[in-house]
Amino acid sequence: MSKNEAELRHKSVQVSSRPITASIMITVGLGILAFVLALSVSVGAANIDLLTVWESIFHYNPNSTEHSIIHQIRIPRSVADIAVGASFAVAGSLMQGMTRNPLADSGLLGLNAGAIFMVALCFAFFPGISYNFLILFSFLGAGLSVALVYGIGSLSRKGVTPIRLVLAGSAVTALFTALSEGVSIYFNLSQDLAFWFAGGMAGVKWAQLKLVLPWIIAALVGALVISRSITVLSLGEEVATGLGQRTKSVKIAGAVIVFVLAGASVSVAGPIGFVGLVVPHITRFLVGVDYRWIIPCSAVLGGLLASLADIGARMINAPHETPIGAIFALVGVPFFLYVARKEGREMQ
Amino acid sequence: MRWFVLSMFFLFILLIFFISMNTGETPLSPNEIIYTLLGGGTSFQHLILFEFRLPRIVISLLVGAGLAVSGCILQGVSRNALADPGILGITTGSGLMVVLFLAFFPPELETPIYILPFLSLIGGIITAAVIYLLSYKKQEGILPIRLILTGIAVAAAISALMTVLSLRLPPQKYDVLAVWLAGRIWGSNWQHVISLLPWFIFIFPYVLYKSKVLNVLSFGDNLAIGLGVKVEKERLKLLLAAVGLAASCVSVSGGIGFIGLIGPHLARRLIGADHVFLLPAAAFAGAFLLILADTIGRSILQPAEIPAGIIVAIIGAPYFLYLLAKTDK
Repeated sequence: MSKNEAELRHKSVQVSSRPITASIMITVGLGILAFVLALSVSVGAANIDLLTVWESIFHYNPNSTEHSIIHQIRIPRSVADIAVGASFAVAGSLMQGMTRNPLADSGLLGLNAGAIFMVALCFAFFPGISYNFLILFSFLGAGLSVALVYGIGSLSRKGVTPIRLVLAGSAVTALFTALSEGVSIYFNLSQDLAFWFAGGMAGVKWAQLKLVLPWIIAALVGALVISRSITVLSLGEEVATGLGQRTKSVKIAGAVIVFVLAGASVSVAGPIGFVGLVVPHITRFLVGVDYRWIIPCSAVLGGLLASLADIGARMINAPHETPIGAIFALVGVPFFLYVARKEGREMQ
Repeated sequence: MRWFVLSMFFLFILLIFFISMNTGETPLSPNEIIYTLLGGGTSFQHLILFEFRLPRIVISLLVGAGLAVSGCILQGVSRNALADPGILGITTGSGLMVVLFLAFFPPELETPIYILPFLSLIGGIITAAVIYLLSYKKQEGILPIRLILTGIAVAAAISALMTVLSLRLPPQKYDVLAVWLAGRIWGSNWQHVISLLPWFIFIFPYVLYKSKVLNVLSFGDNLAIGLGVKVEKERLKLLLAAVGLAASCVSVSGGIGFIGLIGPHLARRLIGADHVFLLPAAAFAGAFLLILADTIGRSILQPAEIPAGIIVAIIGAPYFLYLLAKTDK
């Protein structure tokens, strides 16, 4: 109960938000996103100019190779970039808001590794399982990790602290990664699973997207619906209870949304960390602490960043692909260290 | 009691040593092994035992012992129960240098194996320095838990860097990286053993000689200063020794984490906190664990093998979680 904490509470009770900045951010963000989307469709092993992209969308010619590249490979990939980026970012902001943990991210807390472990198990024991079930198992895996990480984080007498959670998350990640690798070697699945270990949007197909997108969209809408309650929860559990909120049901709803977002994204793109850490911080810095604005802005910014990173992934070392997860890690780690240092004292 | 524990460890290692020599595509019976070791046996048995299995076993013993002692020093110096060269990212920094060298060294020239530990050491020292600086705060010094947090983050960045760099490699060199990342003991001939030995011969006795200092340091800085120990200087020397051991181990094995965590803890449980006995016991425990992990990894699904690093992580990560739940700082 130091001065710090009193100061923090004082700061956060006046929920400062900047709706105008937020609205501008969403509109401008969507505009830039449209441009980046076009760019992302045109850039790749074969560069296709924007005019052809335009034509392929409005005057589709099934005989043109370029048109079919655009339809079969580029557009699904670009849509996946946006969906996955938005999901990880919104999952991150939900987690950061609900638990008041500035270091929350689905990669750092082990959700991604848990989802992959479940995917590996599916491949080993139910080969030929439908993609729908794979996604469900992926949700389960994310949930399993959260249960483990929070369970272990809260075992200690000092209770759950952000740093303890990240440490538990990294150990759970190490465990699940080792187990998945073990399973993949044991059942000789290295080829099938290599894609999930490395991560990336290169192989995304329409068939996959059709199954995953409804989940992601539903979860994003769900996040918007509970965003007001998240803001209240982010003021602290006592304050939320004092304001008459049923914190338990909000937390459960939030957790389910996080599992769905993280699990669905991992099933499309593999483990991509740090998006969920970086984006909410930038958004909070720009639009204030009202989650009704943070969540839509995070979604836009997350989609934008992932699209840009994926364009980078194709261009850095063309014609080879650089794993997008590595790009995010290189950008995200300095950011992580900065956040951990700045807010370090409150987190111990 | 202490001597009893040490000799028990020794017996267990000896037991697994024999089982491990027995394990592989061509099974050799214990009798055949002893016979071959004593100079008999067919030339084929000779080849398998002396050129394939023994070097690898010796390397896993040395690497296990080295990593455990390195972890023991780190835990003592930083008074941090969670310290381990793997978790702190020191081995990842070393690995980056090794992988860079193996990747870009022209293949026409024969790779000078003896250079690897030195390169590895440079990588380890740079990484350790970066982690130390990043987790240092003027008012608070180094908080144990922040040190670990920084280490994990730095390790994540370095492995991402490895991944990005690896794409520029031709496929056969890419394998080097994949093997390293999986934590496989890849050094497999006597040259690797010889390149590792000098480091152990110099650093082990030095650390044992300093074990009293390590005892004092683990009581806390104030007490250590009161007892007339030059804290900063001694800490730096010991850290250097720890990085040296970890780095030389990593130059012949992959990134194996958690041995430096479990080895010392197991030893401390059995033998107490006095470093005079703790250090040798940790070395035995680490050697025992790694040779066990390597033997299990080789025997589960022959002829393929599960890298020792994976087996160690499956045992080590839950133990880390257990320690995390127990520690309060």
